[in-house]
Amino acid sequence: MSEYNHPYKDVDFVIKEIVEFDAFCQKAGLEDINSEFASVILNEAAKLGSEVIAPLNTTGDSQGATLKDNKVQQADGFNEAYQQYMENGWSSLTAEEEFGGQNLPNLFGTAINEVWQSANLAFSLCPMLTQGAISAIKHHGSDSLKQTWLPNMISGQWTGTMNLTEPDAGTDLAAIKTKAVPNNDHYLISGQKIYITWGDHQMTENVVHLVLARLPDAPAGVKGISLFVVPKFLLDEQGNTTSKLNDVQCTALEHKLGIHASPTCSMSFGDNGGAIGYLVGEPHKGLSYMFTMMNHARQDVGLQGLAVSERSYQQALEYAKERLQGTNKDGSRFSIIKFPDVRRMLMQMKSSIEAMRALAYVASNETDKSRYAKTEEEKAKHYSRVELYTPIVKGWLTELAQEVTYLGTQIHGGMGFIEETGSAQHYRDARILTIYEGTTGIQALDLVGRKTLFDQGEQLAQLLSEIEHTSVDLQQYPELARLAISLDNAVKTGQQARNWLLDNAQTDKTAAGSVSVNFMMMFGYISGAWLMAKAAIKSQQKLKSGEGDAQFLKAKLVTVQFYFDHLLPRIQTNIASIEAGSDSIMSLPEDQF
Amino acid sequence: MKILVTVKRVIDYNVKARVKADNSDVDLANTKMALNPFCEIAVEEAIRLKESGAATEVIVVSIGPKACQEQIRTALALGADRGIQIETDSMPESLNVAKLLAKVVEVEQPGLIIMGKQAIDSDNNQTGQMLAALLDIPQGTFASKVELVGDKVHVTREVDGGLQTIALNMPAIVTTDLRLNEPRYASLPNIMKAKRKPLAVQTPADLGIELKSHTKLLKVEAPTERQAGIKVNSIEELIEKLQNEAKVI
Repeated sequence: MSEYNHPYKDVDFVIKEIVEFDAFCQKAGLEDINSEFASVILNEAAKLGSEVIAPLNTTGDSQGATLKDNKVQQADGFNEAYQQYMENGWSSLTAEEEFGGQNLPNLFGTAINEVWQSANLAFSLCPMLTQGAISAIKHHGSDSLKQTWLPNMISGQWTGTMNLTEPDAGTDLAAIKTKAVPNNDHYLISGQKIYITWGDHQMTENVVHLVLARLPDAPAGVKGISLFVVPKFLLDEQGNTTSKLNDVQCTALEHKLGIHASPTCSMSFGDNGGAIGYLVGEPHKGLSYMFTMMNHARQDVGLQGLAVSERSYQQALEYAKERLQGTNKDGSRFSIIKFPDVRRMLMQMKSSIEAMRALAYVASNETDKSRYAKTEEEKAKHYSRVELYTPIVKGWLTELAQEVTYLGTQIHGGMGFIEETGSAQHYRDARILTIYEGTTGIQALDLVGRKTLFDQGEQLAQLLSEIEHTSVDLQQYPELARLAISLDNAVKTGQQARNWLLDNAQTDKTAAGSVSVNFMMMFGYISGAWLMAKAAIKSQQKLKSGEGDAQFLKAKLVTVQFYFDHLLPRIQTNIASIEAGSDSIMSLPEDQF
Repeated sequence: MKILVTVKRVIDYNVKARVKADNSDVDLANTKMALNPFCEIAVEEAIRLKESGAATEVIVVSIGPKACQEQIRTALALGADRGIQIETDSMPESLNVAKLLAKVVEVEQPGLIIMGKQAIDSDNNQTGQMLAALLDIPQGTFASKVELVGDKVHVTREVDGGLQTIALNMPAIVTTDLRLNEPRYASLPNIMKAKRKPLAVQTPADLGIELKSHTKLLKVEAPTERQAGIKVNSIEELIEKLQNEAKVI
């Protein structure tokens, strides 16, 4: 079992120097909120995360959640940890004040979610799904729906779930079959849902399911899906939970590769006539409501890629320092961290993680910038950037996490393959991240389609031009001359890919889909390089003026250099693959497979 | 009844302390700092007494440069009501601390003063005792249980032979041991509230105290690294070495 220590130095640096959070707070007129306050809150969250929640990661993995008599029993210790999490008010962090929330910026939510996710990914999914359900009701529910459900969900008294997927309706939600029939002031829901994360547990007095279903008069396809609130236990007139079970239950738990302590439920609605549900917003708009929450949910899964990578790195680093596998001439032994290849792996993990964190936090703060914008134009500008970043944060961070957790296990050698060491858990847990909340393929399609071809590459061009500015800024620092050249080349390669896509997408209908993943990964590496370059500039400035922690800043410069030497060059492979187009991908006839 | 709690900013107990290259002191530059764990226990005990209705106000006081306000805020986030910082350039030595605190006690007139038995940086374990002497009030050190009984405070002390329970007249000083309680985690709403709780800043001059140096730090050395051991081939060899080399038997 490994310990989790909050990487507060890098987190502080990203918030202060890369996000430039204090300047944002000033501009947004946020009183009393600044990077210093962020570090106070993070410090407290980190205590709970590392002392209470992290120790349950290994035991939760080996025990898992279990199902008995249609009741899900969460792993040992999870209930106590959840009560502590709830009593300390963490579930109310970013929620609206009107319903008992603390209304803190999205960036706080991101930085603090990183703590829970690193500490215990399986545990963290329960509050994360609740945040999603809160957001759906907040944005689209009627006032009375909000009054009824939000306060107890925000306080953590009730948790939330998202019931979208059905056996025949995964990525293609148009195929949803679950029915909703009007009945007085409510609806009766019946159908089967699968892959419902934390669909049931015994940690709270109620569970609030958000369910996609079709009304009897619904048009076929995606425009006929509505969203409903379906509680596990029915409420009384005052809105308090009663002991009367709704007609919904968990019928099975999936046996999974990872996140064992997170119960993945098959849910059955309406086995005895229909589960009582309440319509959210208007009929037939359920899917569009889901889309408004998608940026947040997808960025949050991207963040999980960072979080599990961080945990894997901490464990691998500790092992590399302790494991004696070399012998000096005098017979004394040395640890494996002295070997260049182990160093390469550690540096790759470290530089990936720091680039991931920078991008996740910067993308998260764009939501704040859009929310606190003074003009409609500014609001739209930042919102477009949120939209552009989302598939990159989800796609790139989670793909990179596969490699980082792979290296974490690799550094352990044979011990990494042994479950008791604990490294394998991070590798297994990370595996879901490129799949749920839209696979890598879906993220990549979103980036090439809705985010690039749809606006003729305008958003992407703006991002590239900002990156180009940074490459010019770099030229002022002779020490960073190499980075300046590389970043400038990266911008050119990015432009080349963008132009190729715009030129070829019309003539070849399979072009966009064929190149999409390389395209998405490329913009991940370029965005990462951009923020790492900014980190280098800030580090250089601070070292010159004698501010800050010189040891940390010097390490940052080396880490940036490693990123530019060993990760950024991957865009050359990406561009070669993109420019090869769809030929060899699509030309083999289907029956030849 | 008011309770006065003292808190000290010290190196975080999770951090491995480094000694400065010139051996002049422990290197605290860019090191994570935290509330001294014994002080945290003191804060927790005071808050519990307030929650039980036995106390009306918890005042937390710290001495040091501005940065120590962080630790006062932490204590406020745990539930203390207001803070006092006595601003000094560096961390004054114990007797100065006790003299400064004595002045604060004169002004605030608390019924109980709860302090950590020692700070994990200098490990002196003397400020509470000095303060008791200066104020000429009873002290209950190394407390593992604190109970208010009538107009007295019963303090169970961890002594070498076991536990000793004493009854003290109030006002009294209690210094906390590790087993007194398990401090809570600060809740988010309380962290938010802590930002708005009053925090007064005073100087030693305001309190009429002149800081004096009674001790001089000569040097600080890291513990010597443990040398690799050797294997002996027989019990006879072990005994021979213990007798002649180690000279312990």
